[in-house]
Amino acid sequence: MNEVYSINGPVIKVKNAKGFKIMEKVFVGKQKLLGEVISISDNFTVIQVYESTTGLQRGEKVYSSGEAISAVLGPGLLGNIFDGIQRPLHTIFENSGAYIKPGTNIPCLDMEKQWDVTFKVSVGEHIRFGQIFAVIQETSLIEHRLLVPKNVSGEIVTVKPNGAYKMEDILIQVKDSNNQLHDLTMVQKWPIKEPRPISKRLPLTIPLVSGQRVIDTLFPIAKGGSAAVPGGFGTGKTMMQHQFAKWCDADIIVYIGCGERGNEMTQTLDEFSELIDPKSNKPLIERTVLIANTSNMPVAAREASIYTGVTIAEYYRDMGYHVALMADSTSRWAEALREISGRLEEMPAEEGFPAYLPSRISQFYERAGYVDTLSERSGSVSIVGAISPQGADFSEPVTQNTKRFVRAFWALDKELAYARHYAAINWNLSYSEYINDLSKWYNKNISTEFLEARQKFITILAEENKLMEIVKLIGKDVLPDDQKLVLEIARVIRVGYLQQNAFHKDDTFVPLEKQLKMMKLILYLERVSQQVLKEGKAFSLLLRTNMFEKVIKVKYEVPNDNLDLFEDYYKMIDEAFSAIK
Amino acid sequence: MNLQYIGLKEINGPLIFLDNVKGIGFEEVVEIRLDNGTVRHGRVVEINGDLVAILVFEGTRDLSLTNTVIKFKGKPMEMGLSKNVLGRVFNGIGNPIDNLGPVYVDEYKDINGEPLNPVSRLYPKNYINTGISSIDGLTTLIRGQKLPIFSGSGMPHNDLAVQIVKQAKLSGEKNEKFAIVFAAMGVTNDVANYFRRSFEEAGVLDNVVMFLNLSNDPIIERLLTPRCALTTAEYLAYKHDMHILVVMTDITAYCEALREFSSSKGEIPGRKGYPGYLYSDLASLFERAGIIKTAKGSVTQIPILTMPNDDITHPIPDLTGYITEGQIVLDRDLHQQGIYPPIGVLPSLSRLMKDGIGAGYTRDDHQALMNQIFASYARVMDARSLASVIGEDELSPADKSYIQFGKQFEKHFISQGYVNREIKDTLDLGWKLLSIFPREELDRTDELILEEHYNHDAAVGAFELDKKSFIKELNKEEI
Repeated sequence: MNEVYSINGPVIKVKNAKGFKIMEKVFVGKQKLLGEVISISDNFTVIQVYESTTGLQRGEKVYSSGEAISAVLGPGLLGNIFDGIQRPLHTIFENSGAYIKPGTNIPCLDMEKQWDVTFKVSVGEHIRFGQIFAVIQETSLIEHRLLVPKNVSGEIVTVKPNGAYKMEDILIQVKDSNNQLHDLTMVQKWPIKEPRPISKRLPLTIPLVSGQRVIDTLFPIAKGGSAAVPGGFGTGKTMMQHQFAKWCDADIIVYIGCGERGNEMTQTLDEFSELIDPKSNKPLIERTVLIANTSNMPVAAREASIYTGVTIAEYYRDMGYHVALMADSTSRWAEALREISGRLEEMPAEEGFPAYLPSRISQFYERAGYVDTLSERSGSVSIVGAISPQGADFSEPVTQNTKRFVRAFWALDKELAYARHYAAINWNLSYSEYINDLSKWYNKNISTEFLEARQKFITILAEENKLMEIVKLIGKDVLPDDQKLVLEIARVIRVGYLQQNAFHKDDTFVPLEKQLKMMKLILYLERVSQQVLKEGKAFSLLLRTNMFEKVIKVKYEVPNDNLDLFEDYYKMIDEAFSAIK
Repeated sequence: MNLQYIGLKEINGPLIFLDNVKGIGFEEVVEIRLDNGTVRHGRVVEINGDLVAILVFEGTRDLSLTNTVIKFKGKPMEMGLSKNVLGRVFNGIGNPIDNLGPVYVDEYKDINGEPLNPVSRLYPKNYINTGISSIDGLTTLIRGQKLPIFSGSGMPHNDLAVQIVKQAKLSGEKNEKFAIVFAAMGVTNDVANYFRRSFEEAGVLDNVVMFLNLSNDPIIERLLTPRCALTTAEYLAYKHDMHILVVMTDITAYCEALREFSSSKGEIPGRKGYPGYLYSDLASLFERAGIIKTAKGSVTQIPILTMPNDDITHPIPDLTGYITEGQIVLDRDLHQQGIYPPIGVLPSLSRLMKDGIGAGYTRDDHQALMNQIFASYARVMDARSLASVIGEDELSPADKSYIQFGKQFEKHFISQGYVNREIKDTLDLGWKLLSIFPREELDRTDELILEEHYNHDAAVGAFELDKKSFIKELNKEEI
C-alpha cells in the first residue's frame, strides 16, 4: 500500500512504493491533494504537492493516476482565469467563497456548457494527429479549431451533424489501421512539460508590434521570439507586461501571474474585461487566458503555472494563431525550483539555485517559435518573461541564464523609474538580436527610412551618453554649441519619444506610421538646428523658439488618427527658425 | 483525539523531536506540559517516518528528555476571535496579557489563513487621506493596500506610523467602522508603550488590538505574531465589515526569527543566511491585505522595517518591495537636516495610486502634478551632484532653478511637521512650487493643465525668491 511516510512542507515521501512513474500525477491523502512524482529510488518515492499540506498525516494513502500532469484543452479557456494547476478560479469562488481550500477538485473547463460545432470533415476522409476536424466560435473574436488528439489517425467513420454539443459528447469517430475506433470530443489533455509537436520551424521575420515606441523602434521582438524584462521592484515590469499584453498584435494572449501580487491579477482581470481591443471593438478578455498563481498560493503550483500557460499557448498556436505569452515573473518560478530543490537536499549551485536551473530556463524559452503546424497553418508563440533580480543586480543567476536563451533583452532601470520615465527601458543596456531578421519587413511594410532613423537615434543617444560623462564633471555650459544641440536633441528623443504615457489615450498605443513620423520630425529638427548653428547663430536663440518643447509634446498633440497634423510642425519649425536673426 | 506522549528523543535549539508517534498531522499544534506545571506551545514542522520535529514557540529552556508530557491537539494553530478582542492586548501567540481574563470566543480561525482567490478580490481604489503631503500627493495610500515604511535605526518611522494612524482615522466616513491592529515584533518596551500612549491620546484605544512580542520575549513566538494579528484583522474586516489598518513593526526582527528557525532545522540557507523560502513566507503575510467582494471591510497594511545599514538591496527590504504595493522610504539625509517626515520621495512609490487618484477620487490634475514633480525633483538630484563638483555658482541658470526648486520643495512640501494637510492644499502647494520654474521646463505636463495651475509670479512672491534670481539671469543671457 502506498502511504505517506514523511512530510516536509510541499515535499512528501512514500516508502517502498510500487508502481509510480516519474512525473506522474498523484492524489495525496484524504483530501486528495494534487501532487507529482519527482524522484524514485528503491526506498523512497518523492512527491511534490501542489496544495497546502497542513494537517496531512503520516500513513494517509497516496493514489496513483497513471498519467502525467496535464492541461485540459478545449473551448472555454479564453476569458477564463485559472490557478497554476488549471483550476478555474471563477468557479471556485462561486462554489467555495473567497478562499481557495485545499483538495478542491473541480473540472478545469465547464463540462456542461453547450457549444455550436461546425464540422470540417466528412465520413470516409483520412485524418491524423493535429488536423482540424471542426470549429467552434469560442468568443466573438476567436474561432476555436478542434484538433485531432495525439495517437489518433485513420478513416472517419461517423460525423455528427452540425449543432450544439456538450464538451464530452462524441463528435466524430475515427477507425485506425488496426480497426480500432477512437471517439473524439471537444476536450483533450496534454502533459504540461512536453512541448506539442509541430511540422517545422520557420525563420522569425515578422515583428510583434506592440505600439510601445522604445520596443518597436529600438528593441523589437519577432513573432515567435522571446524577450526578457529584468528590473528591480518599482521599475515597472508588471506595467510593461500589461501594456504589451494589451496592445501587441497577437491573436491570443496568455498572461501568467507567477508568484506575484493578488491585487495585480485582479486588476488585470478587471482591466482586460473593460478594455476594448481597437482592432475588433471587443473586450480584450475575449482573446486572453489568465493564469494566476499569486505569491501566497502553494509554491509547487508556481512551478506548474509556467508550463500550464505555455501548453495552452501552444494549443492555440496549433490552430494557426499568433500567441503572445507573458510570464510575470520567471524569478518566482526559479525560486520555487530552488525551494523544492532545497527540501530535496540537492547539492545547490549558484546562490542556492539547483544546477539544472539553466536547462529548465532554456526548455521554457525554447517553446517559443514561429512554426508550420500539423494542421498545415502557421502560428507562433512569443514569450516575454519578466525577471525580478535580487537587489536589482543583473549578475544574479536567473538574469544571466535567461540572457543566454532570449534574443531581446529589455533592461529596466531604477534611475529612469525614479524620474518616472516609463517605460523605464535603459537604452544603453538593452538589446535586440532580431533587428536584422526583421529589417526586410520594416523596409517593405513601413518604409526604408524607419531603420535609418532608428540608427540615427541610437547614434545620438550613444553620443549623449559620452557627453554626459563630461557634463557630470564640468557642467553643460562649457560645451560648444553643436554638442549642446546633441544633448538637446537627445533630450527630445528621451522625453518626447522613448518615454510613453500609458494613461494617455493617444500615447498608450502608437502605430508604426506615427512612430516613423515622430522620428522624422525629430531628425528634421536636428538638421535645421545644425544649419542655424552653422550660420553662426547662438544655441540659446534656438532654445528660445520653444520648438524643442513643441516637438516633445507632439506625442500628445497629434492624435493617432490624424497624422496629417505633422505637416504643421514642419511649417512651424521653418517659420520659427527663419525668424532667428 | 488528544494523544499524549511522555519524554522526548532529542532537543536541538527551538526544536524537539519525538519518536514513535502516530496519527499526527503536519503543522498540527501541540501543548507541552513540564513537570513544574508550566505549559508551552509548539507546532509540528516536519514528519519523517516515526520521527516528528516540533518547534517550541516559548523556547526549549528547562526542557529535558524526560520532564515533559506532550499533547497533540489534532488541529492547526487557531485563534479564538470575537468582537471583544477590540481594546485588548495579547502576547505574540495570541494569549491575553492585560489581566482582563480570557476573550469570549465566537469563532476559531486558523492563523495561517488560506490563499485568497484573486477572483474574489476587489481591486482597491479608495484613497486614504493621511494628511501628509508627500504620501497623499506622491505615494497615495489606498484602502486595501500593503504599503511598508522602509526605515533605518534612529529614524522617525514610529512617529510617521502613528501620525498616519491618527490622521487617517479623521478622514474616515462617519458611519464606517475603523480599527487598528498593532503587531509588535522584537521592538523594545519603550516603542510598544509609545504606540499605546499615542493610540490613547488619539482616543482610539478601544478600537485597537495589540499583539506584543517584545525584544526580550521568546524569538520563535515572533513567527506567529503577525499571523495572529492578520487573522484578527481579517476576522474584523470580513466578518464585521470594519476597515482595519494593520501596523506591523519590525519586519526585520520577524525575518531574523525565521532565519534562526530555519538554521536550527538544518535547511540550506539562501542569501545572507535567510531561508530560500523567505519570499514565500513574507508573501503569506503581506498578501493578506485587500478587499474582498463578499464583505464590506478592508485590510490595509503598514509594515515597518528597518533596513540593516540603510541598505535597500538587503534581502529583507528587497523581497518585501517585490511583494508589497510600493514603499515609503525614509531618507537619512533629510532626517539629519531636521526635515519631518523625512520621506525620500524618489525611491518611494505607491503602485495602486494610479487608479485611486484623479477626477472622482482626488483631483483631475493629480497625476500630472505627480509626474512633473518626480521628473523635476529627479533633475534636482542631478543638479546637486553637479554642484558638488563644480560649485553652485558655476551652474547654468536652468540648473540653478532646479537647485532653488529642490530647496523650496523640501522646505515646504516634504517638511510639514505634524500638521494635517487636506489633499487640495497639498496639490495647490505642489503647483505653486512647480511655478518656480520657467514654464518651458515643465515638459511633462499638458498645456491645458498648466494654463490652469501655473503662476510664476505668485511663486516668486510666495517663496521670496531673490530679485536677481536665476530667471532674470536666464532672460539676460538670452538677450
